[in-house]
Amino acid sequence: MSDLTRLTAAELAATIASGDVSAVEVAQAHLDRIAAVDERVHAFLHVDTEGALAAARDVDARRAAGEELGPLAGVPVAVKDVLATKGVPTTAASKILEGWRPPYDATIVERLRAAGTVMLGKTNMDEFAMGSSTEYSAYGPTNNPWDLGRIPGGSGGGSAAAIAAYEAPLAIGTDTGGSIRQPGAVTGTVGAKPTYGGTSRYGLIAFSSSLDTPGPCARTVHDAALLHSVIAGHDPRDSTSIPQPVPDVVAAARLGATGDLTGVRIGLVTEFGGEGAEPGVMAAYRDSVEALTKLGAEIVEISCPHFQYALPAYYLIAPSEASSNLARFDGVRFGLRTGDDGSHSLEEVMSLTREAGFGPEVKRRIILGTYALSSGYYDAYYGQAQKVRTLITRDFTSAFEQVDVLVSPTTPFVAFPFGSRTGDPYQMYLADLFTIPTNLYGGPAISVPCGLSEGLPVGLQIMAPTMADDRMYRVAAALESTVGVLTPPAL
Amino acid sequence: MAAISREEVAHLARLSRLAVTEQELDVFAGQLDVILQSVARIGEVAATDIPPTSHSVPLTNVFRDDVVVPGLTQEAALSGAPDAEDGRFRVPRILDEEA
Repeated sequence: MSDLTRLTAAELAATIASGDVSAVEVAQAHLDRIAAVDERVHAFLHVDTEGALAAARDVDARRAAGEELGPLAGVPVAVKDVLATKGVPTTAASKILEGWRPPYDATIVERLRAAGTVMLGKTNMDEFAMGSSTEYSAYGPTNNPWDLGRIPGGSGGGSAAAIAAYEAPLAIGTDTGGSIRQPGAVTGTVGAKPTYGGTSRYGLIAFSSSLDTPGPCARTVHDAALLHSVIAGHDPRDSTSIPQPVPDVVAAARLGATGDLTGVRIGLVTEFGGEGAEPGVMAAYRDSVEALTKLGAEIVEISCPHFQYALPAYYLIAPSEASSNLARFDGVRFGLRTGDDGSHSLEEVMSLTREAGFGPEVKRRIILGTYALSSGYYDAYYGQAQKVRTLITRDFTSAFEQVDVLVSPTTPFVAFPFGSRTGDPYQMYLADLFTIPTNLYGGPAISVPCGLSEGLPVGLQIMAPTMADDRMYRVAAALESTVGVLTPPAL
Repeated sequence: MAAISREEVAHLARLSRLAVTEQELDVFAGQLDVILQSVARIGEVAATDIPPTSHSVPLTNVFRDDVVVPGLTQEAALSGAPDAEDGRFRVPRILDEEA
């Protein structure tokens, strides 16, 4: 393996800027690594070799011409296949979009290109971001680089695995119920969900519009902050984008790396006391809380009584929005069309297309959402879930009057073996138990590696108030300064 | 909460424009029943005076000046279509010959 693939994004950027190595050499090193290991990891659905090398050559040419370039210029990045990339296949890991090449870039992708990053390709995921294990990709699962027989988390398992397998130093994920943080936790990487509305959803293939949030994946907190600062900020093309300046998350990560948390008040959620979580996960969590205390943080127990209702509320709200969002996949304007042989009506062609194009988890959620929104059940299910969302928001507001951040384990369990939860959807849904409350509230949260259990990574989740993303980066970097960066076994 | 029947799943699939197989009906009915029983407890918590939250950020209409800007070309808009004819999306007939 090339030493270049072992460097952090910050180190790569500095090396390229100094002229010691070219952006093309860096891109080629990562493309070589992908060629060497991705057959076993399957983090990528599409590798854009030509596009990556062209982008790298452009960076080198601009640097040679004396142009001032951004802090991540020439650094490779992988993009979850749910974001539109102009001319590059985008499928959301679904058969219904197989072969689709969008005619435009998502805002996040535009910003990555403008910053001079080099897009390596599109990463695997659960179909339409629905899942917690990447087992629901229509193109086969991604394998966890820590143990190829185990899941890499979901839905952004491809992005997290690409980082953990040194195929890319940076990746973009999207987080609807934990799909950046949960894969980060089980692959020993850093995954951050920014404040909802802090990163643009324009060009993101929508799953649950009131929850979907794109964000950074990296091997270090500082790298995640660097990527966060490139992609975040107001986008007039997204009506939910927040027109406020982005907090200086890079400075916060640097401050945290000094290892001083004096004056920081950290809340432990009483209701996340361990029920349903593996003992090894809770042990790593308690150790990390102790480490934060040693860094000077004050620990306070905080009750958030409605968090226990977050999971059921989420599994009514998200499928309801999905059933509406996925209505656009009807075989008319893009993607698959089935049954158009002259013997079927338009409506039958739509039904046959959707039957052939959607996988089981997507169908299950569309039907569940249609049920929750249907007349007679709306008030009992969807309406009630929206009220629970209000109560959870009140819990967060009250908590953040007492503490600066809240912490919890990111996932209740370490990476599980393939197939062990697919037969029981609700058991699979429990993987997002700790991550979902912040999606309903809209605040930022990050998962940072905090130790091992049974030889597999465990993540600590740090949750902050809306638009206070910098706070979570400071605490995450401080923990990283004591725990260190986890290194998976050689592939 | 009422259990979800196989017939109800079939009805929901029709509403969702989803052709489902007999086997899928059996599987989904069982799984959706478990999911709905698990989520039913949200009915315990929120009283009638709790306002619903649909979105974590306040939503307002976004207006922009009506300025002509380049959009997708016709060719680009049709580039991902499963079928096109005369510069338009081609779909199966919705009216028969006599109509």
